Amino acid sequence: MKISISVNGGAQEHDVEPRTLLVQYLREDCGLTGTKVGCDTSSCGACTVLFEGESVKSCTMLAAQADGGSVTTIEGLAAADGTLHPVQQAFHDKHGLQCGYCTAGMVMAAVGFLDENPTPSERDVREGLEGNLCRCTGYHNIVEAVLAAAETGAVSGGSK
Amino acid sequence: MIPAAFEYVRAGSADEAIAAIAEHGEDAKFLAGGMSLLPLMKLRLATPTVLVDVARVRDLSYITDAGDHIAIGALTRHRDVETSTLLAQECGVVASVAAQVGDNQVRHRGTIGGSVAHGDAASDLPAALVALDATFVLRSGSGERTIGASDFFTGFLETALNADELLTEIRVPKAGASGFNFQKFNRRAQDWAIVGAVVATVDGAKRVGLVNMGNTPLRATAVEAALASGASIADAALSAADGCEPPTDLNASVEYREHLARVLVRRALEASA
Ligand SMILES: Cc1cc2nc3c(=O)[nH]c(=O)nc-3n(C[C@H](O)[C@H](O)[C@H](O)COP(=O)(O)OP(=O)(O)OC[C@H]3O[C@@H](n4cnc5c(N)ncnc54)[C@H](O)[C@@H]3O)c2cc1C
Ligand code: FES
Ligand code: FES
Repeated sequence: MKISISVNGGAQEHDVEPRTLLVQYLREDCGLTGTKVGCDTSSCGACTVLFEGESVKSCTMLAAQADGGSVTTIEGLAAADGTLHPVQQAFHDKHGLQCGYCTAGMVMAAVGFLDENPTPSERDVREGLEGNLCRCTGYHNIVEAVLAAAETGAVSGGSK
Repeated sequence: MIPAAFEYVRAGSADEAIAAIAEHGEDAKFLAGGMSLLPLMKLRLATPTVLVDVARVRDLSYITDAGDHIAIGALTRHRDVETSTLLAQECGVVASVAAQVGDNQVRHRGTIGGSVAHGDAASDLPAALVALDATFVLRSGSGERTIGASDFFTGFLETALNADELLTEIRVPKAGASGFNFQKFNRRAQDWAIVGAVVATVDGAKRVGLVNMGNTPLRATAVEAALASGASIADAALSAADGCEPPTDLNASVEYREHLARVLVRRALEASA
Protein backbone atom coordinates (compact mmCIF):
# COMPACT_ATOMS: atom_id res chain seq x y z
CA MET A 1 0.00 0.00 0.00
CA LYS A 2 1.08 3.59 -0.62
CA ILE A 3 1.71 5.68 2.46
CA SER A 4 2.86 9.25 2.90
CA ILE A 5 4.24 10.41 6.19
CA SER A 6 5.92 13.64 7.17
CA VAL A 7 9.17 12.47 8.75
CA ASN A 8 11.20 15.14 10.52
CA GLY A 9 9.32 17.75 8.52
CA GLY A 10 10.02 16.22 5.08
CA ALA A 11 7.41 14.40 3.00
CA GLN A 12 8.14 10.68 2.54
CA GLU A 13 6.18 8.46 0.19
CA HIS A 14 6.64 4.71 0.01
CA ASP A 15 4.91 1.57 -1.08
CA VAL A 16 4.94 -0.77 1.92
CA GLU A 17 3.41 -4.04 3.03
CA PRO A 18 0.63 -3.40 5.56
CA ARG A 19 2.54 -5.42 8.16
CA THR A 20 5.56 -3.09 8.03
CA LEU A 21 6.24 -1.78 11.51
CA LEU A 22 6.88 1.92 11.87
CA VAL A 23 10.38 1.30 13.23
CA GLN A 24 11.22 -0.93 10.28
CA TYR A 25 9.84 1.69 7.91
CA LEU A 26 11.91 4.45 9.49
CA ARG A 27 15.12 2.42 9.50
CA GLU A 28 14.81 0.55 6.21
CA ASP A 29 12.66 2.70 3.93
CA CYS A 30 13.64 6.13 5.22
CA GLY A 31 17.22 5.13 6.11
CA LEU A 32 16.92 6.72 9.53
CA THR A 33 18.78 4.28 11.75
CA GLY A 34 18.92 6.51 14.85
CA THR A 35 15.78 4.80 16.13
CA LYS A 36 16.78 1.50 17.74
CA VAL A 37 15.02 -1.80 18.33
CA GLY A 38 15.78 -3.09 21.81
CA CYS A 39 13.26 -5.65 23.03
CA ASP A 40 10.93 -5.75 20.03
CA THR A 41 8.17 -6.59 22.53
CA SER A 42 6.82 -3.14 23.44
CA SER A 43 8.67 -3.01 26.74
CA CYS A 44 11.95 -1.11 26.51
CA GLY A 45 11.13 2.13 24.71
CA ALA A 46 14.38 2.16 22.66
CA CYS A 47 12.21 2.58 19.55
CA THR A 48 10.35 5.64 20.87
CA VAL A 49 9.57 8.35 18.33
CA LEU A 50 7.04 11.16 18.31
CA PHE A 51 3.85 10.64 16.31
CA GLU A 52 1.83 13.84 16.02
CA GLY A 53 4.11 15.21 18.75
CA GLU A 54 3.40 12.39 21.22
CA SER A 55 5.75 9.58 22.25
CA VAL A 56 4.93 6.15 20.81
CA LYS A 57 6.78 2.83 20.60
CA SER A 58 7.48 2.45 16.90
CA CYS A 59 7.94 -1.32 17.20
CA THR A 60 4.28 -1.54 18.20
CA MET A 61 2.76 0.62 15.52
CA LEU A 62 2.27 -0.08 11.84
CA ALA A 63 3.68 2.34 9.31
CA ALA A 64 0.18 2.21 7.84
CA GLN A 65 -1.22 3.65 11.07
CA ALA A 66 1.05 6.67 10.68
CA ASP A 67 -0.04 7.30 7.10
CA GLY A 68 -0.95 10.96 6.63
CA GLY A 69 0.59 11.95 9.97
CA SER A 70 3.88 13.35 11.16
CA VAL A 71 6.74 11.52 12.83
CA THR A 72 9.80 12.96 14.56
CA THR A 73 12.85 10.80 15.15
CA ILE A 74 16.12 11.54 16.93
CA GLU A 75 17.53 12.75 13.59
CA GLY A 76 14.91 15.49 13.52
CA LEU A 77 15.79 17.15 16.82
CA ALA A 78 19.01 19.10 16.20
CA ALA A 79 18.84 22.37 14.27
CA ALA A 80 20.06 22.49 10.66
CA ASP A 81 23.34 24.07 11.79
CA GLY A 82 23.95 21.14 14.14
CA THR A 83 22.93 22.89 17.34
CA LEU A 84 21.64 20.19 19.64
CA HIS A 85 18.07 20.17 20.91
CA PRO A 86 17.99 21.25 24.59
CA VAL A 87 17.24 17.67 25.68
CA GLN A 88 20.16 16.31 23.63
CA GLN A 89 22.42 19.01 25.04
CA ALA A 90 21.30 18.18 28.57
CA PHE A 91 22.04 14.45 28.06
CA HIS A 92 25.50 15.50 26.86
CA ASP A 93 26.09 17.89 29.75
CA LYS A 94 24.81 15.54 32.45
CA HIS A 95 26.37 12.41 31.01
CA GLY A 96 22.92 10.89 30.57
CA LEU A 97 24.19 7.91 28.61
CA GLN A 98 26.64 5.07 28.85
CA CYS A 99 26.54 2.60 25.95
CA GLY A 100 23.96 4.83 24.26
CA TYR A 101 21.62 2.12 23.05
CA CYS A 102 18.59 3.41 24.92
CA THR A 103 19.48 7.04 24.34
CA ALA A 104 17.53 7.87 21.19
CA GLY A 105 14.38 6.44 22.77
CA MET A 106 15.06 8.13 26.11
CA VAL A 107 15.60 11.49 24.45
CA MET A 108 12.44 11.19 22.33
CA ALA A 109 10.38 10.05 25.32
CA ALA A 110 11.78 12.97 27.31
CA VAL A 111 11.00 15.49 24.57
CA GLY A 112 7.41 14.21 24.36
CA PHE A 113 7.10 14.16 28.13
CA LEU A 114 8.42 17.71 28.65
CA ASP A 115 6.01 18.94 26.01
CA GLU A 116 3.17 17.60 28.18
CA ASN A 117 4.74 18.55 31.50
CA PRO A 118 7.27 21.41 31.10
CA THR A 119 7.90 21.83 34.84
CA PRO A 120 8.19 18.30 36.24
CA SER A 121 9.35 17.13 39.63
CA GLU A 122 11.96 14.39 39.82
CA ARG A 123 9.20 11.88 40.53
CA ASP A 124 7.24 13.11 37.49
CA VAL A 125 10.32 12.49 35.32
CA ARG A 126 10.79 8.99 36.68
CA GLU A 127 7.15 8.16 36.05
CA GLY A 128 7.14 9.93 32.70
CA LEU A 129 10.02 7.76 31.51
CA GLU A 130 8.76 4.48 32.96
CA GLY A 131 8.29 3.10 29.47
CA ASN A 132 12.02 3.35 28.78
CA LEU A 133 14.59 0.91 30.08
CA CYS A 134 18.33 1.47 30.28
CA ARG A 135 20.31 -1.75 30.42
CA CYS A 136 23.29 0.23 31.66
CA THR A 137 20.94 1.36 34.46
CA GLY A 138 22.15 4.93 34.20
CA TYR A 139 18.80 6.31 35.32
CA HIS A 140 20.20 8.81 37.78
CA ASN A 141 21.95 10.93 35.17
CA ILE A 142 19.11 10.51 32.69
CA VAL A 143 16.69 11.99 35.21
CA GLU A 144 19.19 14.77 35.98
CA ALA A 145 19.43 15.51 32.27
CA VAL A 146 15.67 15.74 31.80
CA LEU A 147 15.35 18.03 34.82
CA ALA A 148 18.18 20.19 33.48
CA ALA A 149 16.50 20.38 30.08
CA ALA A 150 13.26 21.45 31.76
CA GLU A 151 15.17 24.21 33.57
CA THR A 152 16.21 25.73 30.25
CA GLY A 153 12.53 26.26 29.54
CA ALA A 154 13.24 25.76 25.84
CA VAL A 155 11.66 22.39 25.23
CA SER A 156 8.84 21.67 22.86
CA GLY A 157 7.90 18.59 20.86
CA GLY A 158 9.57 18.84 17.47
CA SER A 159 6.63 18.25 15.19
CA LYS A 160 3.79 19.83 17.11
CA MET B 1 9.44 -9.87 14.78
CA ILE B 2 7.05 -9.14 11.97
CA PRO B 3 3.36 -10.04 11.96
CA ALA B 4 2.05 -12.52 9.41
CA ALA B 5 0.78 -10.81 6.27
CA PHE B 6 -2.70 -9.33 6.35
CA GLU B 7 -4.89 -7.00 4.37
CA TYR B 8 -5.30 -3.52 5.87
CA VAL B 9 -8.56 -1.59 5.69
CA ARG B 10 -8.91 1.84 7.28
CA ALA B 11 -12.38 2.75 8.44
CA GLY B 12 -13.41 6.40 8.58
CA SER B 13 -16.62 5.82 10.50
CA ALA B 14 -18.24 3.23 12.75
CA ASP B 15 -20.57 2.18 9.92
CA GLU B 16 -17.65 1.65 7.56
CA ALA B 17 -15.86 -0.42 10.19
CA ILE B 18 -18.89 -2.62 10.81
CA ALA B 19 -19.46 -3.10 7.09
CA ALA B 20 -15.80 -4.05 6.57
CA ILE B 21 -15.82 -6.62 9.38
CA ALA B 22 -19.06 -8.12 8.08
CA GLU B 23 -17.58 -8.34 4.59
CA HIS B 24 -14.36 -10.05 5.66
CA GLY B 25 -15.83 -12.44 8.22
CA GLU B 26 -14.28 -14.48 11.03
CA ASP B 27 -10.60 -13.86 10.31
CA ALA B 28 -10.92 -10.09 10.29
CA LYS B 29 -10.18 -8.06 13.41
CA PHE B 30 -10.59 -4.47 14.50
CA LEU B 31 -7.35 -2.61 15.21
CA ALA B 32 -7.70 0.22 17.72
CA GLY B 33 -4.55 1.37 19.55
CA GLY B 34 -2.84 -1.90 18.73
CA MET B 35 -1.25 -2.08 22.19
CA SER B 36 -2.57 -5.58 22.80
CA LEU B 37 -3.21 -6.84 19.30
CA LEU B 38 0.08 -5.90 17.61
CA PRO B 39 2.31 -7.58 20.25
CA LEU B 40 0.20 -10.75 19.82
CA MET B 41 0.50 -10.52 16.04
CA LYS B 42 4.26 -10.04 16.23
CA LEU B 43 4.48 -13.23 18.27
CA ARG B 44 2.10 -14.80 15.74
CA LEU B 45 -0.26 -15.68 18.57
CA ALA B 46 -2.84 -13.77 16.55
CA THR B 47 -2.93 -14.06 12.76
CA PRO B 48 -5.90 -12.11 11.45
CA THR B 49 -6.05 -12.02 7.66
CA VAL B 50 -7.70 -8.60 7.58
CA LEU B 51 -7.22 -5.70 9.98
CA VAL B 52 -9.92 -3.05 10.06
CA ASP B 53 -8.19 0.01 11.54
CA VAL B 54 -10.70 1.97 13.60
CA ALA B 55 -8.22 4.29 15.32
CA ARG B 56 -9.31 7.17 13.14
CA VAL B 57 -13.01 6.81 13.83
CA ARG B 58 -12.90 10.14 15.63
CA ASP B 59 -16.66 10.21 16.25
CA LEU B 60 -16.07 7.35 18.70
CA SER B 61 -13.55 9.39 20.69
CA TYR B 62 -15.45 11.50 23.22
CA ILE B 63 -16.30 11.87 26.89
CA THR B 64 -19.70 13.47 27.44
CA ASP B 65 -22.18 14.13 30.21
CA ALA B 66 -25.28 12.13 29.28
CA GLY B 67 -27.43 13.23 32.22
CA ASP B 68 -27.58 10.25 34.53
CA HIS B 69 -24.22 8.83 33.36
CA ILE B 70 -20.97 9.70 31.61
CA ALA B 71 -20.59 8.31 28.09
CA ILE B 72 -17.09 7.42 26.88
CA GLY B 73 -16.51 6.65 23.20
CA ALA B 74 -14.76 3.30 22.77
CA LEU B 75 -11.93 4.84 20.74
CA THR B 76 -11.02 7.31 23.47
CA ARG B 77 -7.34 6.87 24.27
CA HIS B 78 -6.13 6.12 27.80
CA ARG B 79 -4.35 9.50 27.77
CA ASP B 80 -7.58 11.35 27.03
CA VAL B 81 -9.43 9.40 29.74
CA GLU B 82 -6.60 10.11 32.20
CA THR B 83 -6.65 13.88 31.56
CA SER B 84 -10.41 14.42 31.19
CA THR B 85 -11.65 17.13 33.55
CA LEU B 86 -15.23 15.91 33.11
CA LEU B 87 -14.26 12.43 34.29
CA ALA B 88 -12.16 13.86 37.11
CA GLN B 89 -15.29 15.58 38.42
CA GLU B 90 -17.95 13.02 37.61
CA CYS B 91 -16.21 9.63 37.77
CA GLY B 92 -12.68 10.25 38.97
CA VAL B 93 -11.94 6.58 39.49
CA VAL B 94 -11.90 5.88 35.75
CA ALA B 95 -9.43 8.70 35.05
CA SER B 96 -7.16 7.64 37.89
CA VAL B 97 -7.13 4.00 36.81
CA ALA B 98 -6.42 4.96 33.18
CA ALA B 99 -3.40 6.92 34.43
CA GLN B 100 -1.93 3.64 35.75
CA VAL B 101 -2.17 1.71 32.48
CA GLY B 102 1.26 0.86 31.06
CA ASP B 103 3.42 3.89 30.30
CA ASN B 104 3.05 7.20 28.45
CA GLN B 105 3.71 5.62 25.07
CA VAL B 106 1.06 2.96 25.68
CA ARG B 107 -1.47 5.53 26.90
CA HIS B 108 -0.90 7.67 23.81
CA ARG B 109 -2.13 4.81 21.59
CA GLY B 110 -4.24 2.38 23.65
CA THR B 111 -7.98 2.92 23.96
CA ILE B 112 -10.54 2.18 26.65
CA GLY B 113 -12.58 0.17 24.15
CA GLY B 114 -9.55 -1.93 23.25
CA SER B 115 -8.91 -2.67 26.94
CA VAL B 116 -12.52 -3.78 27.33
CA ALA B 117 -12.73 -5.80 24.10
CA HIS B 118 -9.43 -7.55 24.80
CA GLY B 119 -11.01 -8.89 28.00
CA ASP B 120 -7.83 -9.48 30.00
CA ALA B 121 -8.40 -10.07 33.72
CA ALA B 122 -4.95 -8.56 34.33
CA SER B 123 -6.00 -5.24 32.76
CA ASP B 124 -6.78 -2.31 34.99
CA LEU B 125 -9.77 -0.59 33.42
CA PRO B 126 -12.01 -3.67 33.11
CA ALA B 127 -11.90 -4.23 36.90
CA ALA B 128 -12.87 -0.60 37.49
CA LEU B 129 -15.71 -0.89 34.98
CA VAL B 130 -16.99 -4.10 36.58
CA ALA B 131 -16.89 -2.42 40.00
CA LEU B 132 -18.84 0.54 38.60
CA ASP B 133 -21.34 -1.79 36.91
CA ALA B 134 -20.66 0.05 33.64
CA THR B 135 -22.75 -0.58 30.55
CA PHE B 136 -21.20 -1.33 27.15
CA VAL B 137 -22.84 -0.47 23.83
CA LEU B 138 -22.17 -2.98 21.03
CA ARG B 139 -23.10 -2.34 17.42
CA SER B 140 -23.25 -4.60 14.37
CA GLY B 141 -24.98 -4.58 11.02
CA SER B 142 -28.08 -5.98 12.67
CA GLY B 143 -28.38 -3.24 15.27
CA GLU B 144 -27.24 -2.11 18.68
CA ARG B 145 -27.40 -3.79 22.08
CA THR B 146 -26.24 -2.92 25.56
CA ILE B 147 -24.71 -5.27 28.12
CA GLY B 148 -23.60 -4.89 31.73
CA ALA B 149 -19.89 -5.18 32.47
CA SER B 150 -20.20 -8.28 34.65
CA ASP B 151 -22.12 -10.15 31.91
CA PHE B 152 -19.65 -8.99 29.27
CA PHE B 153 -16.51 -10.67 30.62
CA THR B 154 -17.18 -14.39 30.20
CA GLY B 155 -13.82 -16.16 30.56
CA PHE B 156 -10.07 -16.05 30.00
CA LEU B 157 -9.67 -13.44 27.22
CA GLU B 158 -13.30 -14.16 26.35
CA THR B 159 -16.11 -11.66 26.14
CA ALA B 160 -19.71 -11.51 24.97
CA LEU B 161 -18.61 -9.49 21.93
CA ASN B 162 -19.50 -11.19 18.65
CA ALA B 163 -16.88 -11.17 15.89
CA ASP B 164 -18.95 -8.73 13.80
CA GLU B 165 -19.67 -6.35 16.69
CA LEU B 166 -17.96 -3.05 17.37
CA LEU B 167 -17.87 -1.78 20.94
CA THR B 168 -18.92 1.85 20.54
CA GLU B 169 -19.49 3.28 23.99
CA ILE B 170 -18.81 2.73 27.69
CA ARG B 171 -21.32 4.21 30.14
CA VAL B 172 -20.25 4.83 33.72
CA PRO B 173 -22.28 6.14 36.64
CA LYS B 174 -21.61 9.57 38.12
CA ALA B 175 -19.54 8.27 40.99
CA GLY B 176 -18.07 11.69 41.72
CA ALA B 177 -14.65 13.25 42.23
CA SER B 178 -13.73 11.39 45.43
CA GLY B 179 -14.32 8.23 47.43
CA PHE B 180 -12.17 6.08 45.17
CA ASN B 181 -8.73 4.52 45.17
CA PHE B 182 -6.71 2.15 43.02
CA GLN B 183 -4.00 -0.05 44.49
CA LYS B 184 -1.90 -1.62 41.77
CA PHE B 185 0.78 -3.99 42.95
CA ASN B 186 3.63 -4.79 40.61
CA ARG B 187 7.36 -5.18 40.83
CA ARG B 188 8.52 -3.30 37.76
CA ALA B 189 7.53 0.05 36.29
CA GLN B 190 4.99 -0.08 33.44
CA ASP B 191 3.99 -3.67 34.26
CA TRP B 192 0.57 -5.23 34.56
CA ALA B 193 -0.74 -5.64 38.09
CA ILE B 194 0.22 -8.83 39.90
CA VAL B 195 -2.97 -8.00 41.77
CA GLY B 196 -4.95 -4.77 41.77
CA ALA B 197 -7.83 -3.50 43.89
CA VAL B 198 -10.06 -0.65 42.87
CA VAL B 199 -12.62 0.98 45.13
CA ALA B 200 -15.32 3.43 44.08
CA THR B 201 -18.31 4.91 45.84
CA VAL B 202 -21.62 4.78 43.96
CA ASP B 203 -24.75 6.19 45.60
CA GLY B 204 -23.02 6.10 48.98
CA ALA B 205 -22.05 2.42 48.75
CA LYS B 206 -18.54 1.05 48.31
CA ARG B 207 -17.82 -0.96 45.17
CA VAL B 208 -14.73 -3.14 44.97
CA GLY B 209 -13.11 -4.49 41.79
CA LEU B 210 -10.20 -6.93 41.54
CA VAL B 211 -7.50 -7.12 38.87
CA ASN B 212 -5.86 -10.47 38.09
CA MET B 213 -7.70 -12.54 40.68
CA GLY B 214 -9.39 -14.93 38.26
CA ASN B 215 -10.24 -15.58 34.62
CA THR B 216 -12.18 -12.34 34.37
CA PRO B 217 -12.11 -8.96 36.09
CA LEU B 218 -14.05 -9.46 39.31
CA ARG B 219 -16.17 -7.66 41.83
CA ALA B 220 -15.43 -8.48 45.47
CA THR B 221 -19.08 -8.89 46.39
CA ALA B 222 -18.34 -10.45 49.80
CA VAL B 223 -16.41 -7.32 50.80
CA GLU B 224 -19.17 -5.05 49.55
CA ALA B 225 -21.80 -7.03 51.46
CA ALA B 226 -19.74 -7.03 54.65
CA LEU B 227 -19.30 -3.26 54.47
CA ALA B 228 -22.99 -2.75 53.78
CA SER B 229 -23.86 -4.73 56.90
CA GLY B 230 -21.59 -2.57 59.02
CA ALA B 231 -18.30 -4.50 59.16
CA SER B 232 -15.09 -2.55 59.72
CA ILE B 233 -12.76 -2.05 56.77
CA ALA B 234 -10.22 -4.44 58.30
CA ASP B 235 -12.81 -7.16 58.76
CA ALA B 236 -14.50 -6.68 55.39
CA ALA B 237 -11.16 -6.82 53.55
CA LEU B 238 -10.51 -10.29 54.95
CA SER B 239 -13.07 -11.68 52.50
CA ALA B 240 -11.43 -10.02 49.46
CA ALA B 241 -10.26 -13.32 47.97
CA ASP B 242 -13.43 -15.29 48.78
CA GLY B 243 -14.58 -17.28 45.78
CA CYS B 244 -11.60 -16.14 43.66
CA GLU B 245 -9.52 -18.60 41.67
CA PRO B 246 -6.45 -16.51 40.94
CA PRO B 247 -3.80 -17.63 38.48
CA THR B 248 -0.40 -18.84 39.56
CA ASP B 249 2.61 -17.72 37.52
CA LEU B 250 6.22 -16.55 37.76
CA ASN B 251 5.16 -13.51 39.77
CA ALA B 252 2.95 -15.02 42.41
CA SER B 253 1.38 -18.17 43.80
CA VAL B 254 -2.34 -18.49 44.47
CA GLU B 255 -1.78 -17.95 48.20
CA TYR B 256 0.31 -14.85 47.63
CA ARG B 257 -2.32 -13.38 45.30
CA GLU B 258 -5.03 -14.06 47.90
CA HIS B 259 -2.91 -12.31 50.51
CA LEU B 260 -2.31 -9.37 48.18
CA ALA B 261 -6.03 -9.06 47.46
CA ARG B 262 -6.84 -8.79 51.17
CA VAL B 263 -4.10 -6.24 51.83
CA LEU B 264 -4.75 -4.14 48.71
CA VAL B 265 -8.52 -4.06 49.26
CA ARG B 266 -7.95 -2.89 52.82
CA ARG B 267 -5.56 -0.18 51.66
CA ALA B 268 -7.89 0.93 48.88
CA LEU B 269 -10.85 1.09 51.27
CA GLU B 270 -8.84 3.05 53.83
CA ALA B 271 -7.59 5.48 51.21
CA SER B 272 -11.07 6.01 49.80
CA ALA B 273 -12.88 6.35 53.13
C1 LIG C 1 4.10 -2.19 27.32
C2 LIG C 1 2.63 -2.34 27.60
C3 LIG C 1 2.19 -2.24 28.91
C4 LIG C 1 0.84 -2.36 29.20
N1 LIG C 1 0.47 -2.26 30.51
C5 LIG C 1 -0.84 -2.35 30.81
C6 LIG C 1 -1.26 -2.22 32.18
O1 LIG C 1 -0.46 -2.00 33.08
N2 LIG C 1 -2.58 -2.31 32.43
C7 LIG C 1 -3.50 -2.53 31.46
O2 LIG C 1 -4.68 -2.58 31.75
N3 LIG C 1 -3.14 -2.67 30.16
C8 LIG C 1 -1.83 -2.59 29.82
N4 LIG C 1 -1.46 -2.71 28.50
C9 LIG C 1 -2.49 -2.97 27.48
C10 LIG C 1 -3.16 -1.69 27.06
O3 LIG C 1 -4.08 -1.30 28.06
C11 LIG C 1 -3.91 -1.77 25.74
O4 LIG C 1 -4.05 -0.45 25.33
C12 LIG C 1 -5.30 -2.30 25.74
O5 LIG C 1 -5.30 -3.54 26.38
C13 LIG C 1 -5.83 -2.49 24.32
O6 LIG C 1 -6.32 -1.32 23.76
P1 LIG C 1 -5.98 -0.98 22.25
O7 LIG C 1 -6.81 0.19 21.88
O8 LIG C 1 -4.54 -0.85 22.08
O9 LIG C 1 -6.58 -2.27 21.49
P2 LIG C 1 -6.00 -3.19 20.32
O10 LIG C 1 -4.71 -3.79 20.71
O11 LIG C 1 -6.07 -2.46 19.04
O12 LIG C 1 -7.14 -4.31 20.31
C14 LIG C 1 -7.23 -5.28 21.33
C15 LIG C 1 -8.37 -6.24 21.00
O13 LIG C 1 -9.65 -5.61 21.10
C16 LIG C 1 -10.32 -5.59 19.84
N5 LIG C 1 -10.95 -4.27 19.76
C17 LIG C 1 -10.32 -3.06 19.96
N6 LIG C 1 -11.22 -2.07 19.93
C18 LIG C 1 -12.43 -2.63 19.69
C19 LIG C 1 -13.75 -2.11 19.56
N7 LIG C 1 -14.01 -0.80 19.69
N8 LIG C 1 -14.77 -2.98 19.33
C20 LIG C 1 -14.52 -4.32 19.21
N9 LIG C 1 -13.31 -4.87 19.34
C21 LIG C 1 -12.26 -4.04 19.57
C22 LIG C 1 -9.27 -5.88 18.79
O14 LIG C 1 -9.82 -6.54 17.67
C23 LIG C 1 -8.31 -6.78 19.56
O15 LIG C 1 -8.78 -8.08 19.57
C24 LIG C 1 -0.11 -2.58 28.15
C25 LIG C 1 0.32 -2.66 26.84
C26 LIG C 1 1.68 -2.55 26.55
C27 LIG C 1 2.11 -2.66 25.13
S1 FES D 1 11.96 -2.08 20.79
FE1 FES D 1 10.04 -1.09 20.92
S2 FES D 1 9.68 -1.08 23.02
FE2 FES D 1 11.56 -2.21 22.92
S1 FES E 1 22.99 3.82 28.11
FE1 FES E 1 23.24 1.70 27.74
S2 FES E 1 21.19 1.04 27.67
FE2 FES E 1 21.00 2.99 28.43
